[in-house]
Amino acid sequence: MLERGLEEKYYILNLGPQHPSTHGVLRVELQMEGEFIVKADPDIGYGHRGHEHMAENRTYLQFLPNLGRVDYLHALAYNQCYCMAVEKLLELKVPERAEFIRVITCELNRIASHLLWIGAYLLDLGAFTPFLYCFDDRENILDLLDRVTGSRLTYCYYRFGGVPRDVDDDFLAGCKAFARRLRSRYRDYENLVNKNVIFLERTKGIGIITPEQCVKYGLTGPMLRGSGIPYDIRKCEPYSVYPLFDFEIPVGSTGDVYDRYMVRYREMEQSLRIIEQAVDRIPAGPIMAEKVPKRIKPAPGEVYVAVEAARGEFGIYLVSQGETAPYRLKLRVPSFGNLSILPEIAVDTLVADLVAILGSIDVVVPEIDR
Amino acid sequence: MATAAQSVSIVGMIAGLIGVMALVAVNALFLIWMERKVAAHMQLRPGPMEVGWHGALQTIADALKLLGKELITPRDVDRPVYLAAPIVIFLPVLVSFLVIPFSQNLIIRDMHVGVLLILSFAALTVLAILMAGWASNNKYAVFGAIRSVAQNVAYEIPLLITLMSIILMVGSFRLTDIVAAQNRVWFILVQPVAFILYIICATAETNRAPFDLPEAESELVAGFHTEYSGMRFALFFLAEYTNMFIVAALATIFFLGGWRGPFLPGVVWFLLKVYAIIFLIMWFRWTFPRVRFDQLITLSWKILIPLSLANLIITAFVLKLV
Repeated sequence: MLERGLEEKYYILNLGPQHPSTHGVLRVELQMEGEFIVKADPDIGYGHRGHEHMAENRTYLQFLPNLGRVDYLHALAYNQCYCMAVEKLLELKVPERAEFIRVITCELNRIASHLLWIGAYLLDLGAFTPFLYCFDDRENILDLLDRVTGSRLTYCYYRFGGVPRDVDDDFLAGCKAFARRLRSRYRDYENLVNKNVIFLERTKGIGIITPEQCVKYGLTGPMLRGSGIPYDIRKCEPYSVYPLFDFEIPVGSTGDVYDRYMVRYREMEQSLRIIEQAVDRIPAGPIMAEKVPKRIKPAPGEVYVAVEAARGEFGIYLVSQGETAPYRLKLRVPSFGNLSILPEIAVDTLVADLVAILGSIDVVVPEIDR
Repeated sequence: MATAAQSVSIVGMIAGLIGVMALVAVNALFLIWMERKVAAHMQLRPGPMEVGWHGALQTIADALKLLGKELITPRDVDRPVYLAAPIVIFLPVLVSFLVIPFSQNLIIRDMHVGVLLILSFAALTVLAILMAGWASNNKYAVFGAIRSVAQNVAYEIPLLITLMSIILMVGSFRLTDIVAAQNRVWFILVQPVAFILYIICATAETNRAPFDLPEAESELVAGFHTEYSGMRFALFFLAEYTNMFIVAALATIFFLGGWRGPFLPGVVWFLLKVYAIIFLIMWFRWTFPRVRFDQLITLSWKILIPLSLANLIITAFVLKLV
């Protein structure tokens, strides 16, 4: 059992790759002393599929469905980022109605992602029932998105220059109905979870990340905002039509697990606000740009485009050499950076805390492995 | 004459044992179905609906499936201990039923140390869990076992002290005496603090959420029974649900007046109260997140034990004064 540099009083515990709370094929090698963790070492790569290499071997459009499979929980943000990158290379202008549709569907998808995270996170903490409540709400989003995008999980909805299918009034009314529904459920979540003594005991003061550590490890998204840094690409480097909407960036104060939970919880309300404003103000007009070339063959050049995905900054660095396939495509995924802080904050915690911390990072392992 | 009486009592004992076996089996089948239904309705879903009326036969189908499963014995387990553990966990459960008074006359053996018998045999459960965890040659299983031992030791003390305050009032360890002492008023009204303490301790004793740390799924996969499959796993499962029945039965006897109640026969009242308590325990499970291990131990040693001691002392004082 002894391994390099391992003292005899410690032992190794393998958390994963098959373990209920690693949410995918992530393995964390733990050096333990009793129930305390001396060292945590995440081992990734079990689900490596070579997305970046795949991009170099197929046309721009053929790579689009892959994006829905990088982060399957917030697929539309990844769609959007890739489309924005290609549009930037092609110098296409997306019609405003299409941008509104993108924002509405992307924010719906963000809420779905956060709902799933809240449910799964509470499952990690041992509470089963909120999981089903969250899935019940998430089901509404999936039904809504199913009608416009045609799929329920691995969306591939946006196209270069717009969206292929318009939304109807039923969908817009459905968005409003969903906003009402989710708001009516806040009371349940607050009574069942947010004010629960055991939940507070389990999450307050656990896995504290200082703002300096956030910057050092390149954390983004709710991890960063939980530590009190109000960095949200939708506000800081606005893209699409986000500047038109009035919304806030929820931030935490202490940077513990509870703050990260609350940031995600409160972000759902902000997303609802964006959706409602977008539904009210959606203009009429075309949904596809004119003059989208039949063969996508951008001029040589390179772009970096980043969007705010549910887990943080998702960026695409795209190099074109004037071929029908990208010369190089680099995916900057938020979970990779976010997970990298685990060894630092997991030291001297209990296994139960490690599960709470790992859950709060909200990793999507296929996105890390790519 | 003596032999005749003896043989009658032996026949009675055997009949009783068969009755207990049947009760254990039916109870577990019912409880698993009930748990799934309770969980489902709390989670806005119907639960099992296909096999039988509202899925009533679902557990039977599951039990049959488990019977047909291969019994996997992993490599490098401590074979004798590994095989013995599921049986050891089940035996004390059966013994406890000997002294539980289901009604005035429906009791197999009305021992004068009934309470002690149940509690001492209940303590054996820990041994079985430790055996299972240790013999499995699996780190998660050992974790579960160690947690279970620490937890059971921590929670048996307040449990006993709490029950002592009732026994002090009654002056007998005999369960029928305890029920008889509640002919005017149930002890839950006299000793509400003791009842709350008992329910918390009982939940922890039976390793139920929010104190289900020995088998905390998200941390320890399945805890001490990770390596058990098929019917061996089913025996652990059966023991858990039967333990629930026993702690609920004790709560009924100590706090809810046992079989007493108007109109309906005693057995019906007894079972109604037992299942009401079990429903409460299930309700906990489907509402609360799990506590962390150090919090669990802190709760017992720093809060429950002092509280139960204070309760005992106050009870003693009041009894002396009255």
